[in-house]
Parts: sequence; C-alpha cells; structure tokens
Amino acid sequence: MQENNDEYILHMKNIDMFFPGVKALKDVSFNLKKGEVHSLMGENGAGKSTLVKVLTGVYQKTNGTIEFEGRQIAPKTPLESQQIGISTVYQEVNLCANLTVAENIYIGREPRGKLGQIDWSTMNANAKKLLLEELGIDIDVTKVLNFYPVAMQQMIAIARAIDTKCRILILDEPTSSLSDKETERLFAIMRKLKAQGISIIFISHFLEQIYTICDRVTILRDGEYVGEYDLKDLPRIQLISKMMGKEVREDDIESNVDKSVPKDENVLEFDHVTVPGKVKDLTMQIKKGEVIGLGGLLGSGRTEIAETIFGVMLKSEGTIKVDGVEVSVKSPMDMMMHRIAFCPEDRKVQGIIGDLSVRENIILAMQAKDGMFKHMPRSRQNELADYYIDLLRIKVSDREQLIKNLSGGNQQKVIIARWLATEPNLLILDEPTRGIDVGTKTEIEALSVRLAKEKGMSVIFISGEMGEMVRTCSRVLIIRDHEKITELNGDEISTAHIMQAIAGDYHGHA
Amino acid sequence: MDMLKKFSQSSLALPFTALALLLLFNAVFVDDFFKIQVMDNGNLYGRPIDILYRASSLIILALGMTFVIATGGIDISVGAVVAISAATCCLMLGGDISGVPAHPFIVAIIAALCAGIISGIWNGTLVAKFKIQAMVATLILMTAGRGIAQLLTDGQIITVYYKPFSYIGGNIPGVMLPTAMLIALCMVLLVLFLDKKTSLGLMIQSVGINQTASRYAGVKVTAVLFAVYIFSGFCAGTAGLIESSLIRAADANNAGLNMEMDAILAVTLGGTLMVGGRYYIGGTIIGAITIQTLTTTMYAVGVSSDRLPAIKAVVILLIITVQSERFKQMFREWRLKRADAKAKEVSHA
Repeated sequence: MQENNDEYILHMKNIDMFFPGVKALKDVSFNLKKGEVHSLMGENGAGKSTLVKVLTGVYQKTNGTIEFEGRQIAPKTPLESQQIGISTVYQEVNLCANLTVAENIYIGREPRGKLGQIDWSTMNANAKKLLLEELGIDIDVTKVLNFYPVAMQQMIAIARAIDTKCRILILDEPTSSLSDKETERLFAIMRKLKAQGISIIFISHFLEQIYTICDRVTILRDGEYVGEYDLKDLPRIQLISKMMGKEVREDDIESNVDKSVPKDENVLEFDHVTVPGKVKDLTMQIKKGEVIGLGGLLGSGRTEIAETIFGVMLKSEGTIKVDGVEVSVKSPMDMMMHRIAFCPEDRKVQGIIGDLSVRENIILAMQAKDGMFKHMPRSRQNELADYYIDLLRIKVSDREQLIKNLSGGNQQKVIIARWLATEPNLLILDEPTRGIDVGTKTEIEALSVRLAKEKGMSVIFISGEMGEMVRTCSRVLIIRDHEKITELNGDEISTAHIMQAIAGDYHGHA
Repeated sequence: MDMLKKFSQSSLALPFTALALLLLFNAVFVDDFFKIQVMDNGNLYGRPIDILYRASSLIILALGMTFVIATGGIDISVGAVVAISAATCCLMLGGDISGVPAHPFIVAIIAALCAGIISGIWNGTLVAKFKIQAMVATLILMTAGRGIAQLLTDGQIITVYYKPFSYIGGNIPGVMLPTAMLIALCMVLLVLFLDKKTSLGLMIQSVGINQTASRYAGVKVTAVLFAVYIFSGFCAGTAGLIESSLIRAADANNAGLNMEMDAILAVTLGGTLMVGGRYYIGGTIIGAITIQTLTTTMYAVGVSSDRLPAIKAVVILLIITVQSERFKQMFREWRLKRADAKAKEVSHA
C-alpha cells in the first residue's frame, strides 16, 4: 500500500501508548497522503484523541515510529510539533478569549519594531490580510476574540494554523457546534487548503460530513487499528459496523417509534410565556409519556426554552403549569421539586463535576434536592450508583473513578443517571448525543423512547440532527427566531418535513 | 507491604511523612522531647502537649480555611477577625481591676463568636452575592478589621482581670489538658460531623470544581459559599477567644497577626489545592501541627527567634516541593527507570 513514499507525508507505524494500567493504543498505524482529507473514526474511547495527541506531542508514545516528510520525529511538546508543521484546532477553541483576534493569531511571534516593541499596526494589517486572503473573512481584528461566535473563533484558529506554515492540519470535531451554513463555509476552506497541498486530519461524528469532505478514513476500535479505506468504496453501513465491531442492520439505527401521541393529561403547560429576547410568546403542552422534540437551527432558541422550563431563565409574562397547577419558578430547585430534570447542552461546563467520582456525580442532584442535612448513607449511594452504571451500561473501572477520565459518551450517561435518580416526570435532554459515538447515541435514543413508553416519563428531546428527531419523537415543535413556528405530529415527522418547516415552507397544522 | 502501599498512595501520606520526619529529628536531637509529666497542679506538661496546645488556634482557623479554599476561594481576613473577636470579648468583660466582669462571661463568649459570624456574613455577602473575587473581598476586612478592633477598644489594650477568662487559654482547674486543645478537638469533631454526616462536603467540593455545573444540578451555590465564609468567621471568632485569653487582654494590633497566612499554609501542606475541589481535613490538621512543631523544634535546638522565619521558610519550601505534582512525576519516572534497569539485569542474567 505504501510503495510510493512520495505520495505520503506521514507514516505512524506500530504505535503503542500505555497509560498506567491501560493500553490506550495497541499497534496502531496511520498513513496520511499529501493533500488529502483523512478522517479518523471510531467510537468514543477508541483512541482517536490519543493518537492525535501522540502525533502532536501532548503524549509520548510508548512504542512505534512516526515518520514525517521522510524523517523520524518524536515531538515532546505541542509547540515542537507546531514548529515542524503539525497544527491542531480543537473542538474547544484553544485561543485566549480576552485577547484581540490579531493578538491571538500572532501571539508568541508578534511582528517587532526597531526597539523590539510590538508593531501593532503591522500586526493588525497582517491579520486582516491573512483572514481575508486565505479564508475570505472580513472582520475587525482589533476586537477581542470573545466578541465573535464560536464558529468564527474556529476560523481564526485555522487562520493561525495556516499562517504557521503547517503541513498537517488536525481538526478535532470542529463542526460539533457549527450550524449547517458555517459547516459549509469550513468545508470550502478545507477544500482550498487541500488544493494547496496541506493534509487534513478530520475528526467528526457526523457521517454525512465525513462522506462529504473526506477522501479516506482510518478506523480504530478499542485502541486497535481496524483498517484504512477509500470512502468512495465503503458504504456507510459498513463503516458503522467496522467501528462497532458488529454487523448492524439499517433499521437498527433507523428504527421507527410508535408515533401515536398520547392523549393523557398534560405534565407541563406553557401559556403565552415570554422571556425578553429569549423566548417569544410560547404556548405548548407536554403530555404524559411522550417524547417531544424541539427542532430548529442552532441559536433558534431551543436551549432557551429548555432553560426557561428548568428555571434557569425566568419568564416575564405568561403562566407555567405543572400537572395542571400554576407554579411560580425562581430557580432550578423549584422545578426539581416539581420533578423536572434537565441535562444541559454543554456537558463539560454545565454537566460534569470533573474531579468528583462517578458515584458522587450520580447522587449530586438527588442530594441537592434532599438538602444538606438529609445525608444519604454511603451504602445507599453505592447501591444507586451501581444500579445506574448497570442500567445505562456505563463503562467504568469502578464507581469511584473520576468522571473526567471517562469518554464523552459515558460522561453523558452519568449525567442522565444523575437525573434519572431524581425520578423525574419530565426529562429534558438538550443535545444529549453531541460528540458521542454512534453506538452510545443509539442507546440514548432508545432509552428516551423506552422511558416514555414503559415508565410514562415525558421526554423533551432537543437535537440539531433531524434524523435523531425522526427516530425518537412522536411530536416535534419547530422553533425559529425564538418563536414556535409549527408543530409536527406522528407521521408528518420526517427529515424533509422538519427541514421544510424550519425553512418556513411546511405548515402542517399548528 | 500492602498496608504500606495503600498508605503511600493515600492523600495523607506526604503530610504525615513530613511531620514524622520532624518528630524523628526531635527524638534524636532534643532531649526528652516526648516526655510528658504530670505537674503538681494536675496538669499535663511536655513538649508534645505544648505543641498541640499552641497549635490549637491555628488548627481551628485552618479548619474553616479548608472549606473556603475547597470552594475555590480564600479568606485572608481571619487574622483580623481574631482581633475583632478578642476586642469584643474583652470589651464585654471590661478591665475592672477587681476582677468583676461587666457582663456575664457567657454573654462575652457569645458576643465574640457573633462578631466572628458577622464578619463571615460580610465576607459571604461580598463573595457569594456580589461575586467579588474572594481575595479582594476578604482583603477589605483584613485591612478594616484591625481598625474595627481599635474602635471597639478605643485604641487601648484592655486587660481583663476576671479570673475564669484565663481558663480558655490556660487550664480549667482540675482538667489535665489545656482548654484550647479541648476546644480544637471539639471543632475537629464538628467538622468531621459536617463532613461525614451531612452532604455539605459534597456540595463544597462540587462548587469548588465546577460552579456552573453545580448550579445546573440544583446545588444552591450562593448558600454553600455563604456557609463556608460564615463558618470560617465562626472559627476565627473561636480562635480570637483563645488568643485573647492567652494574654488576658485584647491587643488590636497584634492579636492573630499573620495567622491567616499560617492557616493557608496549613491547608496547603495538608494537600488541599488552592484551586478548590477535593479537601483533606486530616491533612489540614497535620499541616497545622507540622507548622507548630517546626517552631517548637527550632526553639528547642536554640535557634533565635529572629532567625526562625528564615529557617522555617527553608523547611516549608522542602515540604511543598516534595508535594508538588512535578516532583511526584519525576519520582515516578525515576522509579520506572529503575524497574526497567532491574528487569534488564534479570533478563541478562
């Protein structure tokens, strides 16, 4: 496969990476051609991030060789790998939020004046030129980074990488927080870079995107190398089964739910609820035992609705009823007392308590609800933790493992467990499958449906992925510009209809 | 062997070893260090007792500080609060030379503790309600506190002649151990109770690690922050009673001077990180005792008091370095290498 060595820019051969007690990578190979977009795929915990970190010098490999442009390298720090031409743009933008755009691009290598002082005007002009010429972005580079949305920050991170003359650009889940339009723009830039001969390693969980932008794929499973393939010769279903290590049938993933909308009593009612600038005159009913979707683009106000329900945001007008009784909401605790639970969108910031154990993370909400002096005995804590670890099939070495050491999918399961432990009547899942591997994703989707059908729990499912809504929801509210546009019921729910509704072309019956 | 391994991996291993080494040094170089006698008046006397006795105030302050630091905050006002509490107590008792207190003793004690709690409420309001950075927020009271104490005592040093007042810093007649030690013991028990039998510990750590996520999980972040600063104020109030009773007077300028720094040091020596999160009560107590042992040892081997701070600094530097992540990592790498070398030797043979 590797006869023609000129064609390749990077060979990683027989890479082993051992952490104390864990073999994170076992005999993994990775070959990158010049000017290709290469995807690295695998379920969470398969070793994608570890492999990238070995390449960029965050970790030092235990065994194996890395050959870059024909010579062996062993980068010891990210800076070292950057200097030889390997740059990374992470999922969470690794720039300084309170420096200006230009400062972020040139930090550490600022243009200097005669006296060694920073030449600000040159720096700003260069930054402006760089963004405009390379990426076609025209923005004020003297504004602080935080002024711009995450999508723009990512572009700026890419600009910085390009300007450091990188030969390999690693994009680690760059699209997970981008809208479709922003993603399209990113892809256009990627194609341009590719044409310049830059090799791109693209990590993403979105199959659609992989097939749109990538040439080849290397698949990892449980820290082992499965194979590398040309994407045009690899049907999706095969890709998934290689990642999961088992045969999957198409309808396993696309399984349809019972679309009948329950007619029972309302768990939650919103009557003309308004939150200034966040939620516009919203009226809705959530019925007992249904999975209801909130569909819409990023920033359309889906999360704000969820946060209003949970009491993170407070309404200025309208009434909220729980189980038919009007309630006043001042804090999340009020809603927790009404048996409403909320798994927030940003797992790292709003979800996990990193340095606490899985057990402590699971019992936290329940304990908060019970108050400080109704302490749960340790034996009960253990029992609860074990129960949910088992129920949700959370992969942990034991319940005392720190949650920050789990993979994203398993962290998400712990957060869901935290809320299930409070035995809610209404569970809000805000983007529960973002950045999570296909296997866990399917599990979480199935769980939502099961909770509704078997336990009579109501679930609000928020996702930017249409397919997911189609698979799980029996009713979908379409949100645009902080307003409910329409409602799709039962068989009306399909990817096409949701898209049309968001675009404003489908009205169903509101 | 298993026990040893378990111990070496526990969080208390390093603080404990540091203290043990200090004690070992004493055992070798100081005569009769561990000798404890019963005095004529029935009190116990000896260096170990003396160390625990003198460490009492520090232990109490450090306990409060542990919770504050675990939430990611800091309370640098405790030294000044000690002065406020001392001034309040002495003011209530009055400086009547005949030894008749102006107010009942119990009222004076409660007033002093309340002064501490009010200081805590002040700090808590600034940090929890107004979201001012803890260092800045408590700096205000650190600066203002001694002024407030001066105002209370009208700029005078009030000397209290009321006899039972001296029992707090000394011995209650007929009790073998110094009262300060007993008070510290009670505080330790109280803290252990809060830690083990309520969920306060979980809430504190959770707030210290990730405030936003804690809020989303329903933890009352503001209430938790309030609670830790009030508790720290209460601890400072208690320490103020001991400190003033020791000299039977309220000295607004010197009571509790620089004690906040020793308290912070005790917490860090105990293994709790300044960024917040996991805390170690046992470590804090050992840390406080270590600091006092160090001082006592230096005096015992004849280091003069003006050289004491320099030598103390060197020893603390050593302890802190050994505990640092970098050092631990270097140690681990060294051990791995040695194991490798051994394995090679075996395979060659």
